Amino acid sequence: MNINGVALQDNLVSVNHLSFSRGDKKIFDDISLNFERGKITAIMGPSGTGKTTLLKLIAGQLYPDQGSVIVDGKNVHRLRRAELYNLRKRIGMLFQSGALLTDMTVYDNVAFPLREHTQLPESMIRSLVLMKLQAVGLRGARQLMPNELSGGMARRIALARAIALDPMMIMYDEPFTGQDPISMGVLVHLIKSLNNTLNLTSIIVSHDVHETSAIADYIYLISDGRVVDQGTPEQIKNSSSPWVAQFINGAADGPVHFHYPARDYVDDLLSAGKRYH
Amino acid sequence: MVIEFIRYLGSRTRSSFTKLGRGTFFLLQTLSGSLSVLPRPRLLLNQMYSVGVLSFLIITISGLFVGMVLGLQGYYILSDFGAEETLGVMVAASLVRELGPVVSALLFAGRAGSALTAEIGLMKATEQLSGMEMMAVDPIRRIISPRFLAGFLSMPLLAALFSTIGILGGQMVGSGLLGVDDGAYWSQMQANLDFQDDIVNGVIKSVVFGFVTSWIALFEGYDSIPTSEGVSRATTRTVVNSAFSILGLDFILTALMFGDD
Repeated sequence: MNINGVALQDNLVSVNHLSFSRGDKKIFDDISLNFERGKITAIMGPSGTGKTTLLKLIAGQLYPDQGSVIVDGKNVHRLRRAELYNLRKRIGMLFQSGALLTDMTVYDNVAFPLREHTQLPESMIRSLVLMKLQAVGLRGARQLMPNELSGGMARRIALARAIALDPMMIMYDEPFTGQDPISMGVLVHLIKSLNNTLNLTSIIVSHDVHETSAIADYIYLISDGRVVDQGTPEQIKNSSSPWVAQFINGAADGPVHFHYPARDYVDDLLSAGKRYH
Repeated sequence: MVIEFIRYLGSRTRSSFTKLGRGTFFLLQTLSGSLSVLPRPRLLLNQMYSVGVLSFLIITISGLFVGMVLGLQGYYILSDFGAEETLGVMVAASLVRELGPVVSALLFAGRAGSALTAEIGLMKATEQLSGMEMMAVDPIRRIISPRFLAGFLSMPLLAALFSTIGILGGQMVGSGLLGVDDGAYWSQMQANLDFQDDIVNGVIKSVVFGFVTSWIALFEGYDSIPTSEGVSRATTRTVVNSAFSILGLDFILTALMFGDD
């Protein structure tokens, strides 16, 4: 696209000058991010920087103090409820916990969005559910209950459910956290292949540097409510910023200190017998 | 010191009122969502089973014992006046007017209300509710409203069951053990209990209690802090607040219903 001589990339989601705070704590301070259609974009940063909050803002579950979120040309926070729900039908989200409904089998969980939103006959729902389960490799687990699944399996079932309505985009909330190496490999492969075969746009929120850089097309690094750095995985790896280097290499000390702020160590030890703590 | 106390009072009052506001808003959403349950009776039936049918046992056994105790106590007092023939009236009137609706509502709050709060609270804690919202399914309509309707409809039925079993328990003790004439037990009851004044008013009470208990239980769950401690506190609040509301409302309703005559 070309408007007034400025080349624009085709963004499915754009977050513009967004600020959000919880109580007195500012979570985001005027951040802007763009998510290109058909690509995998990762948002990375230390835990507690509000990465999940960002996904909830994009999905319209939370309202920003300032700024806007445009998804597929629509300002999410200006939509009426019915319009917002229609938009959400086209967005899949994978929660960290999977968020499967615990009183239903795997099969019914994947069938849930189809039964709620379509009038399809059961025979067709069955075919669709089996196809989605086949895509994540768990067709054989369809009669299990969620509490019988391992963490990795639960996440794959949740992924099958997220693609049940053939969405235009999927948001992944910490998809790799707490997975064994095999499940991790499976998930990395699934996210990449689903993105390509289903022509999706993916947003991954994660702090697993290695796995995420392997599949992301573009990475945003967020810390303290701001975008610290952005670029392709290659650019991030070669970043000159000491903070980014510490985050990527997982160094214990650096610009982010190992110690929580405290007064001088020697002072603190010598004051042991005195009354103050 | 004084300033701090006033500030504390103010913040407590404010937070109670905001909670009341949230609760009212929640109730309105639930009621408007209830209409969308009607085309899907399956959702309602499942909840009627877990809220109503699973409470059967506790209601039946409690009803039986309350009725038996009423039979005993009533007999001792009435026989002093030689009026043991009216035992049936006493047992039935106490059950249908007061004990049936009130005790079954208290049991219902403990058995079904606490379970509802814990269920909804845990669904919130495990992100099932927000997961549903993300799938564009309104959790109020899909989860809350069917449970609300189920509680609201089950309560009068459970109260009726409680009273019926209680009357049978009273009869078992009264005429079975203590020798009150069986015919007198039933015919006195038939002659002196009024359908409008006694039975309908008792049903109205249990409908009100069912409404309030279900509302409290579901709202506490939905409004709970999504941690294990938060859910446990919410469950406690459900039982305590339901008990207070049931007993307080019972007094008000009794004063309104039975005041004149």
